[in-house]
Amino acid sequence: MSLPALLKRWEALLFLVLIVVVAANIAESRYFLSVGNFVNMFQLSIEKCIVALTMTLVIIGGDIDLSVASVMGMAACVMAYLFHLGAPLPLAILAALGAGILAGLNNAFWIAYVGLPSLAVTLAGLIGYRGIARILIEDRAVGGFPLWFNTLGQQALVGPLTLAILIFVVLFIVFAFVLHGSAFGRLVYVVGSNVQAARYSGVRVGLVKTAVFVGSSAVAALAGILYAARLGSVRGDTADGFELDIITTVLLGGVSIFGGKGNLVGVGLSLLVILSLRNGMGLADITGNTQNYVIGGLLILSVLIPNMSQDLRNKWKGREK
Amino acid sequence: MNWLKRHVRPEQIREFSLLALIIVAILFFGSLIDNYYSFRTFNRIASSVAIITVVAVGQTLVVLTRNIDLSVGSIVGFSAYFIGTLIANHNGVNPFLAIFLSVALGAALGAVNGVLVAWGRVPAVVVTLGTLAIYRGVLVDLSGAKTVTTDSLPQWLVDLPTINIAPFGGLDIRILFALALVIVVIFQFITGYFSFARLFYAVGSNPDAAQLIGLPVKRVIFLAFVISGALAGLAGFMTLARFGNITVEVGRGLELNVVAACVVGGVNVFGGSGRVTGAMLGAVMIGTLEQSLFRLGISEFWRDALLGLLILLAVASDAVILQRLRAIWARTELKFVADPAPATGARPGAPR
Repeated sequence: MSLPALLKRWEALLFLVLIVVVAANIAESRYFLSVGNFVNMFQLSIEKCIVALTMTLVIIGGDIDLSVASVMGMAACVMAYLFHLGAPLPLAILAALGAGILAGLNNAFWIAYVGLPSLAVTLAGLIGYRGIARILIEDRAVGGFPLWFNTLGQQALVGPLTLAILIFVVLFIVFAFVLHGSAFGRLVYVVGSNVQAARYSGVRVGLVKTAVFVGSSAVAALAGILYAARLGSVRGDTADGFELDIITTVLLGGVSIFGGKGNLVGVGLSLLVILSLRNGMGLADITGNTQNYVIGGLLILSVLIPNMSQDLRNKWKGREK
Repeated sequence: MNWLKRHVRPEQIREFSLLALIIVAILFFGSLIDNYYSFRTFNRIASSVAIITVVAVGQTLVVLTRNIDLSVGSIVGFSAYFIGTLIANHNGVNPFLAIFLSVALGAALGAVNGVLVAWGRVPAVVVTLGTLAIYRGVLVDLSGAKTVTTDSLPQWLVDLPTINIAPFGGLDIRILFALALVIVVIFQFITGYFSFARLFYAVGSNPDAAQLIGLPVKRVIFLAFVISGALAGLAGFMTLARFGNITVEVGRGLELNVVAACVVGGVNVFGGSGRVTGAMLGAVMIGTLEQSLFRLGISEFWRDALLGLLILLAVASDAVILQRLRAIWARTELKFVADPAPATGARPGAPR
C-alpha cells in the first residue's frame, strides 16, 4: 500500500488524533505518563473494553447487540443470587456464564433462525434480561463475596496488571486472530457485507450469526462477573446503559454500522483515544458530563468529516473537468 | 374470504390482533384486581401513555424512512427543562407561546439530526447516539444543577393535566391524553391519505429506488427528523405539565420505551411498513401492562422481564404471521394475473 493511501485510512486518522490527545495530556499533567495512571485508566472501564471486542464482530457481521449491558447485569445478578442461596462461588460463576450463553442462544435463535431484525430482538433482550436481573436481586445491593474474589477484581495479578486487563489482552489477541486470520472471520465479513450473496454461496449464515451472538453474550457475562469483582457488590442496575458507550467505541473505530467493514486495530485505537481523552479531561478537571458529549461529538464528526472531504473532492474534480 | 382479502390488509389484521391482546390483558387484570374497571384505572393508563404516544408518532415517521431517532429522550428533557425554567422565571408567559416554543426548540434539535443524516450521510444510529449524549450533556452543563419546582410554575400549568375535556356521564378524559389522540388522528390521516406523506413509505421500503425515480429522499428524511424532534419537544412540554418538578435527568431512557412501542405496534425497523395507530396501540399495550402490574402489587421487578417477552412475541408474530398472511394475499392476487380471461362471470372489481 502506498503512503498516501495508508494516510487516508481511518486508522491513520485515529492514530493522529491519539497522538494529539496524548501530547495534550502530557502537556497538561505530568502524572499522565506514569504506569499507575495507565493501568488505572484501563481498569476503570475494562469491562466495556472487553465487550467492545465482541461488539466489533457483531457489527461487522451486519447486526447489532443492544442487550450486552443487560446480559452483564444479569450474569452478575445470577452469580450473586446463587452465592447467597449457598452455592459455592466458582459454581455460581459457572452458572452465570451459562446464563450468558443461554441469553446468547435465545438472541441467536430469533435472529438467525426466525429471521427477526437484531435491533428488535436485542432491544427486547435489553429490557428482558435486565428484568431477570431485577427479579433476582430486586432493589438490594448484594455484596459479601469471599476475599479472593474481590482481590482478583481489584489487585494486580502480574506486574501492575489486574486479571481483567490480562483477560482483555488475551481476548484482543484471540479475536484479532479469529477476525483477521481465520476462515470464520472472513465469513463474518461476508455475511456482514451481503447476507444474500453469502447465503447463495453456501455460507451457513445461521451458524455464523449464532456463533457471533453466543460469543457476544458469553463475553458480556464474563465482563459482568469481572465488573462485580471489581466493585465488590451487585445491584439490579449493574452496568445499566453501558451498551451506548460500547457501541460508540466500536463505531468510532471505523466499523461501519451497515456491516462488512472495519477491523480490530481501529477499535483498539478508538479505545485508546476514548480512554486517554476521558483520562486527560479528568486530570484537567473536566466533568464526566462534558466528557460524554465531547465523545458524542467526536463520534458524529468521525463519520461526517470523511464524507464531507469526499464531497469536496468530488466537487473539485468536477470543476477541473 | 375474498371479500376479506380485498378490504382488509394484513397490517390491519395485525393491529386488530394487538387490540385483542390489549383487551385480553385488561380482562385478565380485571379479574385479579378489585375496582379495575374504573375511570381511575383508565386515567392512570391514559396519562402514562400520552407522552410516550406523542414521541412514538414522530419515531414512527423516522423509522418508516429506514432510520432511527435515539435522541428523543434527550430532546424531551431539553424542552421540558428549558421551557420549564422560562415559565418559572416569567410566570406571565402566554401558554400558547410556551407550547410553540417547546415545539420549535424540539424541531430545531431534530433539524440538526436531520441535516447530519440526510446531507452529511452519517448513519442515523451514529448521529442520534451522538446527539443523545450531546443534548443531554449541554442540558446538564447549562442547568448549573438547578431544578424546576412545581411551586415556581403558574397555576394554569399546574392545573393543566387535571382538566377534563369530557365532563359528562362520569366520563373523564384528561387533556394530555386527548392531545395525544388528536396528534395520532392527524398523523394517521396525513400518512394514510396524502400522496406526499406516502413518500415516507417509499423512501423507507427502497431508498435506492426512491433516489432513482427522483423522489426528494433527503428532504423526506430531514422532514421526518424535524417532525420527530418537534413532537419530542411537545412531549417535553407535556412532561413539564404532568410532573411539575423537572430535573436535568427528565426523559432519560425514554427512547427505549418509544422504540419498544413502535416495535410492538408493528412498525418495521427496516422501514417502509407500519402505521401511526399501530405505534399508539403499542404504547397502550406497554402502558396497560406497566400500570396493571403496578396495581397488582406483585413486584415491579417483573415488569421489565414481561415487557421484554412481549416485544419479542410482537416482533416474532409480526414476522411469522404477517409473512404468511402476505403470502396468502399475494397468491390470490397472482391468481387474477395468471388468469386474465376468466371463463364465466368476470369479476368486475377484481384487481388485475
